[in-house]
Parts: sequence; structure tokens; C-alpha cells
Amino acid sequence: MTFFRNILIRLLTTAVTLFGVAVIVFVVIRVVPGNPIAMMLPPGATEADIARLQAQYGFDKSIFQQFVIWLGGVLQGDFGTSISTRQPVAGLVLSRLPATLELSIVALVMAVIMGGTMALLGTRYRDTKTEGAVDVTAGMALSIPDFLWGLVLILLFGVLWPVFHISGRISPALNIDFTTNFYLFEALVRLRFDVLADLISHMFMPALALAIPLAAIIAQLLKQSLKETMHLDYVTLARTKGYGENHVITREALPNAILPTLTLVGVQFTFLIGGTVIIERLFSYEGLGNMAIDAVINRDLPLIQGIVILFALLFTLVNLVVDMLYVVLNPRLRHA
Amino acid sequence: MSSYLTIKNLTVRLKNGAPILRAVSLDVAAGQVHGLVGESGAGKSMIGKAVLGTLPRALQVTSGEIWLDGVDLLSLPASERRRRIGATAALIPQDPLTALNPSKRIGPQITRRLVDILGWRKQDAEARALDLLGEVHIPDPARVMRSYPHELSGGMRQRILIASAFAAEPKLIIADEPTTALDVTVQKQILRLIGEMQARHNTALLFVTHDLGVVSKVCDTLSVLYAGKVVEEARMQRFFMRPIHPYSAALLAATPTYTNPDSSLTPVPQTVTDAVEREVREHDLRAGA
Ligand SMILES: Nc1ncnc2c1ncn2[C@@H]1O[C@H](COP(=O)(O)OP(=O)(O)OP(=O)(O)O)[C@@H](O)[C@H]1O
Ligand SMILES: [Mg+2]
Repeated sequence: MTFFRNILIRLLTTAVTLFGVAVIVFVVIRVVPGNPIAMMLPPGATEADIARLQAQYGFDKSIFQQFVIWLGGVLQGDFGTSISTRQPVAGLVLSRLPATLELSIVALVMAVIMGGTMALLGTRYRDTKTEGAVDVTAGMALSIPDFLWGLVLILLFGVLWPVFHISGRISPALNIDFTTNFYLFEALVRLRFDVLADLISHMFMPALALAIPLAAIIAQLLKQSLKETMHLDYVTLARTKGYGENHVITREALPNAILPTLTLVGVQFTFLIGGTVIIERLFSYEGLGNMAIDAVINRDLPLIQGIVILFALLFTLVNLVVDMLYVVLNPRLRHA
Repeated sequence: MSSYLTIKNLTVRLKNGAPILRAVSLDVAAGQVHGLVGESGAGKSMIGKAVLGTLPRALQVTSGEIWLDGVDLLSLPASERRRRIGATAALIPQDPLTALNPSKRIGPQITRRLVDILGWRKQDAEARALDLLGEVHIPDPARVMRSYPHELSGGMRQRILIASAFAAEPKLIIADEPTTALDVTVQKQILRLIGEMQARHNTALLFVTHDLGVVSKVCDTLSVLYAGKVVEEARMQRFFMRPIHPYSAALLAATPTYTNPDSSLTPVPQTVTDAVEREVREHDLRAGA
């Protein structure tokens, strides 16, 4: 019973959040200067031409009226038409979503592997130089933002030692007829390892740039939490049973130490998704973020709205998944 | 009568050299209960931890011998020592609320080490756990095996920890204030249960407490510890009739009895603590010389 009530509350808050985001975006992008219609037309366009197009896109109405019309469409799955490309927003946005999802998830996996390894090493060799090295590395990784890491990586692996592709998502020669836009996933399922290698070579640097700061946060937080857990009585008791350090860390301490880290990683992962906007631009990676920047440059209001709503939806979904994982991993909540 | 645990001149120091245990020696014979008493901070817990190899990282054994079932633990390489301790000794911890892993079911917390470390078959380990849970008077052991710690009361959890301690038929059990974290009404039952289990399995038991009243009920012999030094080692009757060391006598006088319930209000007199203090310092001087 409480389970369904929780889900209901969850859905309601999600709806309210999305509505709030929609209102704010809608108003803000209409208040900032810059006329989207003027940008579409050649310099010699007459006042009449402008007025006609304004009316066609509904920009002659009040912001409130525009919002009501837009919301009416959204409720029927119609997010309007992009001004710059004249295609439906929903289709455009959904076609780019897989690229950004793949990039974010690969970055998350990299962050968990790197951060987790550092935390475990720092705990295994605590109070030694190794732990100091982990602390220093994490501190350095955190003090530089993701887009600067992007530049550093381009210098390292694009210029000095050019082993990875610096731009795009896939080499044109290898662009097989994908049926979905989940290229990475599809290449894997179709066992096209040549394509997979090419995709990874393109994705490696942007994903790593996004992953480094998150890895550092995971390393710091998980190590702290592990070290605290290592002092607890059940860990000591496991030692007296004859278990060694590695077992005690990974089997006794880790399952409990992971919980506080998990919540924060959820929040940080939404920041990572936000980071894709700049990183995709930097690496000319054709995802949502790159499209968002084009949309802003072109004052493509319907497209901006669509992208922002999708990002907001992604963030709430991430939080939902984290909360569910938390319950799955924590027996104290499972039966409550 | 052979000793399951013999500690000889065990000295434990902080990394900076400050002594925590000063040449401690004691003996626990098969089937005997040896009490370890002394005020808070005397080093009682550290003796147990030194034996079980769980001393805090800031502390280290600087000299002495710990013989467990005929083997000097300190002469073994670390991994071998750990295996040896796991196979022959066990701990009944102080706080049952923190001594069980909150993310694991009770069953595996008792059986896994029997399988992982001692090489038992899984079915045997489970059967053994069920038997032991019955022995410690837990109703419906099969259900408890599937429970998580948070679903059980403190008393239940302490019974489980006792059962788990006896799982591998250890030669020696160390119980570090096993009842202080419990409800007064439960304390007596748990105390009786530990005595019962110890007698049935004929285990040597090192019983750490600061309560002489408890010691008088369960122990055969005892050591009195002050500032990391054993000031008196005695058999129970002799100790309660005629304590030799003035500190022991003062401690005894400070323990409430039925005939004199107010005596807990008499602290150990300053003159006595000053005297032990002097004794300990002289010991340090001799050890340093
Ligand atoms: N991690 C540690 N680092 C430094 N000193 C410690 C540490 N743990 C304990 N000590 C010191 O070791 C001494 C003995 O502590 P121990 O826990 O053995 O006392 P105890 O006799 O068990 O007392 P209690 O009755 O309070 O449990 C204390 O003086 C304490 O300050
Ligand atoms: Mg203690």
C-alpha cells in the first residue's frame, strides 16, 4: 500500500517539477532580447513578412496565451516545430537523446570504475603513501572542471599523442545502417566490433573528461565511508573469524559503505549530464547538448523548450533510479 | 591441566612508545572461566584484542608470547596467525546492535566462515547453525536464519552472536563485557546462557568485565588489572576471602553486596590508587633498565 502511495507521490512531484521548469524556461527565453523570427529571415525582409511569420509561430500572442497553447500541444505529445529546421521538436530531440545517454552512461561507468578503484586502494593501504596519492589525485581531479579536462585530453590524446578521434561520434566510413540511434548498443548487439572500436575511440575523450570529476568525488566519499565502516564491530568480528583484509573490505564494509555514496553519486550524475552540453560542443559530438547550443544561438524557442524539458525529465528519472537502488541495497528499508 | 591460553609478559605500546599493557601474564585452562577485571581504561579489552589480532593500528605488541592451544601466535606469519585464531578462538562482542552486519541475513553470518575458511560443506554448516540457535533458546531458528539483524531484538542478537561464537567449536572464547549493552532484565539470562554454553562445550572462557559481582557468579579464576599491569591473579574463593593486593581489596570493598548495598558509593581510596600508581612506575623503571 505504502509502495503505491510512494509511487503516486513521486509521479505527482515529478509532474509539478516539470511544470515549474516549463514555466521558467518559457518565460526566460521570451524575456531575453533577440527575435527568433528576425534571425530566420534574410536582411531585406519587410515588416509585413516578419509580422506574418510571427503570427504563424504564435509569437504575436501574450506569453500566457503562448504557454497555454504550447502546454495543450505537449499534453498531446506535440512539442511544436523547430524554427531553424522546421521539423517537429519531439522527433529532433528524441533522435539526439541516445547519443547523449550513451555518452553519459559510459562516463558514469568510467567514473565508478576509476573512483571505486581509488577508494578501495586508499582503504586497503590506508595511512600509507598510497592513500596520500589517492587523496592528492582526487583533489587535483576535482579542482579542474570537466571542460578543461576536455581541453587537456585533446592536447594529450589528440595532438601530442594522437590515438583517439577528437571530434564526432563515428567515422563516416563505418556508419553502417543503424536502425536505432543507440550506436554503441547496436554495434555491440550486432557484434560489429570494428564499429564498436571506432565509436569508443570517438567517445573515449569526452566521456573521460566528464568522468574525471565524478570519479574524484566517488573516490573521496567512498573512501571516507569505507574507513569509517572499517572501525565498526561487525568488521572486527569478521577479522576474528579469520578473514583477511581484502575480504573484510569488499564483503563486510563495502555493501554498507556504498549507501551514503550512492545518493550523492545520483546528484552528481545529473551534473554530469548537464556537463554534456559543453563537452559535446567541444568534441563536436552530435548529442542533445550540442543541439541545445545551436538552438540557443538560433533562438529556436520551441527546440530550447523541448530540450530543457527532456533534461529535466532525465534528472528526475536519475533520482528515481537512485532511490530505488537505495532501497534494493538497504535491507532496513526493504521490509519497512 | 593444560592451558588453552597462556599469555607471557605481553607488552603492548602505542606507536610513540607509551605502554598500554605492561608485561601481562595470565593463564586460562580448558573448561575454566577466567575473569579480567579492572577500572575503565585499564587495558582489559586490549588483552582480548591482542589475542584475537585486532589491536587498533596505533598499538603494537612489542614483546611477549601468546600461546593459543599450544602454538605461539606471535611467532606465526600474519596470514597463518589469522587462520589459526579463526579456527581456535572466538569473540562474544560487547554490543549486539553493532556486531552484526546490517546488510546480511543472520544465516550466512554464522555459516559463511565455516564454509569459506574451515572448509565445511554448506549443508553441514547450516545444520550446525540451526542446532546452535536451538541451544541458545531461539524460537524458530529457521526463520531467524533468514532474518536481517534489524528485525531482531538486542537480546536475540546477543544470543545469535553467542551461538556464532561456538560454531567452530573454539578452544577459547573471549567475552568482552558481553552484557553491558543490554537491558538489566536480559543481562542475567545472557550471563546464565554464556555459563551454560561454556560448560556444555567445555571451552576456556576469558571474561572481561569491570563488575566483580558478575565475576563472582561465573568465574573460576581472575586477574585484576590496573594501568595495563596485572596486580593480582587468584582463584575466586581465595580472592573474595583474602585479596592480597591492596588495590584488589579496595576494589572489593567498593563492590555492592546484599549485606552492604551502599558500598558502591565508597570509591577506591586515593592512598590506594597512589600506591598502585607508584608500583606501576617502578615496574616501568625496572623494565627500562
Ligand atoms: N585506538 C587507540 N589509540 C590509542 N590508545 C588507545 C586506543 N584504544 C585504546 N587505547 C588506550 O588503551 C588503554 C586501554 O584501553 P581498553 O579499551 O583496553 O580499556 P578497558 O579496560 O577495556 O576499559 P573499559 O572498561 O572502558 O572497556 C586506554 O588507556 C586507552 O586510552
Ligand atoms: Mg573495554
